This record gives sequence, structure tokens and C-alpha cells, in this order.
Amino acid sequence: MMPSLLILIPLFVIMAINLPKHTGRRLAFYLALTLFAAQMVLAVFHQKFFVTSEAAGIDRFFRVDLSIDYLGVAALVCMGLVSMSSLFVSRYMPLDEPERFKFTNLLVIMSIGMCGIVMARDIFSLYVFLEITAITSFILIAFKKDIYGLEGAFKYLMLSAIATIFMLLSIAAILLVSKDTSFVSISEALKTSAGQPVIIAAIAVFLCGLFIKGGIFPFHGWLPDAYASSPAPVSVLLAGIVTKVAGVYTIIRVTMLFGSTAALNNVLLSLGALSVLVGAFAALGQDNFKRMLAYSSISQVGYIVLGIGAGTPLGIFAAIFHFFNHAMFKSLLFVNGAALEKETGTVSMSKMGGLSQAMPVTGWTSVVGMLSAAGIPPLAGFWSKLLIIVALWQAGRYAYAGIAVFAGVVTLGYLLTMQRKVFFGKLAAGMDGVKEAGFGIVMPSIILASIVVLTGLLFPFLLQSFAIPIKEMLTH
Amino acid sequence: MAPSNPSELLYIFGSFTILLLVAGFYCLVVTRSFLRAVIAIELLIKAVTLFFIAVGYITGKPALTQALVITVIVVEVVVVVIAGGIAISVFRKNDSLDITLLNKMKG
Amino acid sequence: MVLLVTMTLAAIWTVMGRSLLKATIGLAVTSAVLSIIIFRLGSPLAAVFELSVCTGLITVVFVSTISLTKPLTHKDITEMSRKRHKRFIYLPVILALTAFLIIRSGAPKGLIMSMGESVHNVAEVLWDMRQLDMFGQVILIIAGALGVVVLFAEGKNGAK
Repeated sequence: MMPSLLILIPLFVIMAINLPKHTGRRLAFYLALTLFAAQMVLAVFHQKFFVTSEAAGIDRFFRVDLSIDYLGVAALVCMGLVSMSSLFVSRYMPLDEPERFKFTNLLVIMSIGMCGIVMARDIFSLYVFLEITAITSFILIAFKKDIYGLEGAFKYLMLSAIATIFMLLSIAAILLVSKDTSFVSISEALKTSAGQPVIIAAIAVFLCGLFIKGGIFPFHGWLPDAYASSPAPVSVLLAGIVTKVAGVYTIIRVTMLFGSTAALNNVLLSLGALSVLVGAFAALGQDNFKRMLAYSSISQVGYIVLGIGAGTPLGIFAAIFHFFNHAMFKSLLFVNGAALEKETGTVSMSKMGGLSQAMPVTGWTSVVGMLSAAGIPPLAGFWSKLLIIVALWQAGRYAYAGIAVFAGVVTLGYLLTMQRKVFFGKLAAGMDGVKEAGFGIVMPSIILASIVVLTGLLFPFLLQSFAIPIKEMLTH
Repeated sequence: MAPSNPSELLYIFGSFTILLLVAGFYCLVVTRSFLRAVIAIELLIKAVTLFFIAVGYITGKPALTQALVITVIVVEVVVVVIAGGIAISVFRKNDSLDITLLNKMKG
Repeated sequence: MVLLVTMTLAAIWTVMGRSLLKATIGLAVTSAVLSIIIFRLGSPLAAVFELSVCTGLITVVFVSTISLTKPLTHKDITEMSRKRHKRFIYLPVILALTAFLIIRSGAPKGLIMSMGESVHNVAEVLWDMRQLDMFGQVILIIAGALGVVVLFAEGKNGAK
């Protein structure tokens, strides 16, 4: 019963904030906040809430094929946190009231889509919820209707449509051998007919569709434009969860479904490594703050794919952990970016300088985010990157481990450059009146930064409570 | 009239699907107008629809594929409407629908 | 078989259509032929959907979008159509090449397919099994409506 709640309750929230004319609008922000908080709580404690009897309550009326496992919990918690941060940022950015209301609506719908992706146990339903997420993303990217936003939305739409075509073709081909589209039937069918050329082509094509959605090389063309041109709260959302849930989470699921063969791993490893390198080097030369973070996201997602490609349970655990960490520190950096954009009125890094005195909280939280992204101990990013490198080493992929280490250095490079340019040094011309961002945006930064720090420090405990269940989940 | 061997059927429908896909992708890559790109995407989706129904017919599961195709059609409509919305907004800003003008973002 | 060839021809016509309206009509014709094919392949419900939605609704959406966005001036059009013929002339060539390659490689061999056991009588029965998709469709439509509200509203144009 409980998994259905995660997609039904947001629907009721939408109705609740849309139907009563005035109270709904005022309540929207708080209702959405409670929704995401409730989502996180439900996810973490799902076993206590889960009622297993088939005929219980909603199940009789709404028989769907949803379930949550540990992978889902990680994703759901990320989604809740990042959505809440995005809500705070939206409150803060200059949007007037009716716009904010539409934004909240779209955000809740997007969260329905992503919850569906996380919990789906049927490949076609996965596709449907992917589309829901994509469509809300188009609308959100184009929200301000400036030419940059429209261009970003347009590019994403085109590529997402191509991804749709790939995935649908693949599902149709899989239907040839499988009884229906649920994960169970597919894995059974694949046991007998895994080696056939049509099926291999279908799997490859489906993965290409997912690579497009996840912004992995060579299909990353839409990502910098979409991230940089979307309004600030939307960038937080995109970078923090949408690309990752739509792309990487699905790759993990599909890898578990299709079986982790050597060929598949090789593809993942090479594309992951290329993404890591391309993203890192492209980020070095950027002046636009958001574009740099976008290329950095491509690079980090490449790390996650490297972890999946290692093929060992440790690799997948490391990938999931990096998924979580990246959601935290990238959202943090984008929230800081929103603060910078609002207070200084620009996103060009060469125009900024010496802002650490004027915006101390933003400065320090961005240092935390940056250190985690670069993989500096004892922050969380260090652990996840280390685990990925160890997993690659253990799997015998020495070259890829070396690439990961090398790219880590480059990551440190461009992030330090950003820090130096923006925060340290002398106060740049034209930056005189800049003051610290308001409470509404500082709070998410502080919360996210604390999570990053805490995850890093508490890592040994997390390892025990999360790694073992995931290992069990993967080796059956 | 048609050969009833499932492998043959798959071959026929599959090849037509591929032809349609090639046509659609070609149109998508070559075109300059936004709306024509959307039409190209529509063509591609139709090719996929054809393939779905063909698979359903061949494997004797027409009901399942019908359900899936209906859902895909709904998705298609929503995407087209949104694309139209973006097109109209672009037009209002740029006064033209030329895709090559949409390359303002650099890097 | 004839129908398939017709559909391909309609698709080529759509791609090479000189004006946007001709392309849209080509798309509608392609949809119509496709829905006939679907009907003959034993999926009447999908055929009806395809016919009403794709041939009808989407064509209407396209035509209204085209009318709302006045296309290029006449000079641009003639210039573009001259260049276009040079570009699009490749299409039949590419298609012929693809067809040739397909015929060369022959039918896929040895694919063991899973035949459906009991064919469910009507697709209606199937909606019992795919309620999640139905829910998804409802959400999609809500999202689409919101998108229309956001995108079509004649808001403050670039006032910032």
C-alpha cells in the first residue's frame, strides 16, 4: 500500500492547492514542504509503514506494481531534500506570486514522476514516468520564457524525444521474447534468449536512450545549455535529482535487470571515463558559473557510471553513494550559485571577486561543497570517490582507476579556480553593495552543507547499515 | 496474402520500420524550421507505433500492445502541445522559427 | 503489404513537403494509413485512437501553431526551398540504400519468440493490469495543461 501513497499523496496535494482559490495559494509552499519531508520520512521508515496484506485499503482499489528497496530509499531521500531546497530557492528568486504557485505545482508533479521512476517494477511504466519527469522539466526550464531558457528547453526536448524513440523501440523488441513488460517477466525471458542479436541490439538501444537522459558522453549536448539557462530553482532541481534519477538510477536498475555482462560493463566504463574527462576539462574553461557546474555534473555522473561499470557489488554501492553525495553537494553549489546570482546580479565569474567578506555563509558552504566534490577527506565525496577507485582496482580495471584519480585532480583544479575567483582575493569592482543572501536561501545551504559533512564523518556507520543490504539485493 | 511465418513477418515490418526511422531521422537532422523538426519526431513515433503493433500481432498479444500504444499516443500529444508552446514562445521572442538562430549559448 | 508501401511514400512526402502545411497534411495522411494498418493487424482500439488523435488532434494543433507563428517571408521561402531540394534529394537515395542493405542481410534467424497464451479479449480487460499507466496518463495530462498555462500565457514579455 505504501508505495502507492508516494504517488497518490502528491496528487491530492495538487488538488488541495488548486481547488480552494485563495487559501490554496498561500498554503502551497508549506504543503509542498511537508509533502517532501513526509516523503523522506516514509522512505526511510518504509518497512514500518508497509502493510503487506494484499487487500489492505488502497490496494484493493488501485492495484499497481510498485515497490521500494534500498536503492529506492536513497533516491527518495535525495529527492525530498533537493526538492525542499529548490522550493526555498524559488521563494527567494524574484518571481511573483502566481508564478511561484505554478512552479510549486510543476514541482509536485515532477516529484510524482520521479517517485514513479524510483518505484516502478515494469519497464513501460518506467518509461511513462520518465516522460512525466521530462515534460515537467521542459516546462520548468522554459519557465521564464527568456530566449536562453527556451533554447535550453528546446534542445532538451529534441534529445529527450530521441531518447523516447530509442527506449520505445527497445521495449517493443523486448516484447518479442518476454511475456509482458514487467521486470520479472523480462528477466525470465532474458535467461533463455540473452544472446540473440535482436535482443542485444534492443538492450544497447535502450541504454543509449538512458544515456541521453542522464547526460552521459556522447549524448551530453543538451546538459550545459539546459542547466545554465534555466531559472535558479530549476537548476537546483535538474542538477540535484532529475538528471540523476532519470538517467543514472535507471541505468542501475536496468543493469540489474539485464544482467551485468562483460560487454555491458565495458561500454559503461568507457563512456563513464569519457564523460569524466570531457566534463572535467570543459569545466576548466568556463566563465559562467552555472555552465561550469553543469560540466562538472557531467563529470560526476561519469564517476557514477564508472562505479556501475566496475560490476562488483562494491562498485554499485559506491555508485549509489556517489549518487547521494552528488545530489547533496551539487545542489548545495547550485543553491550558492542562486544566492550569488541574486545578490551580484551576474553569473560571470570573472566579474566576481573577494566575496567571502560580503557573503560569509555562502562562501563557507560553497567551500564545503567544493571540497566534497573534489574528493577531499573527511568529506563525503572523498569516501564515494575512493570507493569507486577501489572497486575499479579490485575489478582489475587499472586504467580506469587511474583515469578516475587523474580526473579527481582536474576536478580539484577547476573548483579551486572558482573559489579563488569568486570568493577570495580583493573585492572586485562593482561588488560593493553585495550583502549576504537572505535567510531563506542560506538555510538550505547550511542544511545541505551539514549533511555533506555529517555523511563524511559518519561514513563507517553508513557503510554497515547500507552496504550489506545492497550487497544482498544484488547477489540474488 | 502475407506470409504467416512469424520470422518473415517480423522481417517485413521491421524493415519498414527502419525505413521510416531513417526518413524521420534524416528530416530531423536536415531541417531548419522548428516545426518541421517536431513533424519529424512525430514520424519517428509513428514508426515506433507501427513496430509495436506489429510485435503484438506477431506474438499474439494484440491487447497488451494496444494498451501500450494508446499510452504512447497520449504522451505524443502532450509532447507536441508543449513543443508547440515552446515554438510560439520562441516565435514571440525571435520573430522567426529558424533553428540555426537558436545557437546563442556558447561553450 | 501495399499499405506499408503507401505509408512509406506518405512519409517521404511529409519529409520533402515544400511548405509546412504540406508537411502537416503529409503527416495526417501517414497517420491515416497507419491506422488502417493497425486495424488490419488486429488492434481496433489502437486504430481508432491513432486515427482520432494523430490524424485529427495533432493536425489541428500543428495548424493552429503554424497560424500563430507566421512563417518566413516569401523571399526566404523561395530561397530555402531551392536549397532544400539540394539537401532533400539525398533522402530517396538513402532510403534505397537502406532497403538494399536490409534485403542483403536477410531475415533474422533463430529468434525464439514468446507467443501470448490466452489472448485477452478486449483491451478493456487489460486496463486492469496497467492501472499505473492510466495514472501516469492522468498526470501527464495535468502536466500538459500546466504547461499550456505557463507557456501560452501572454505574460510580461521580457520586461526584466
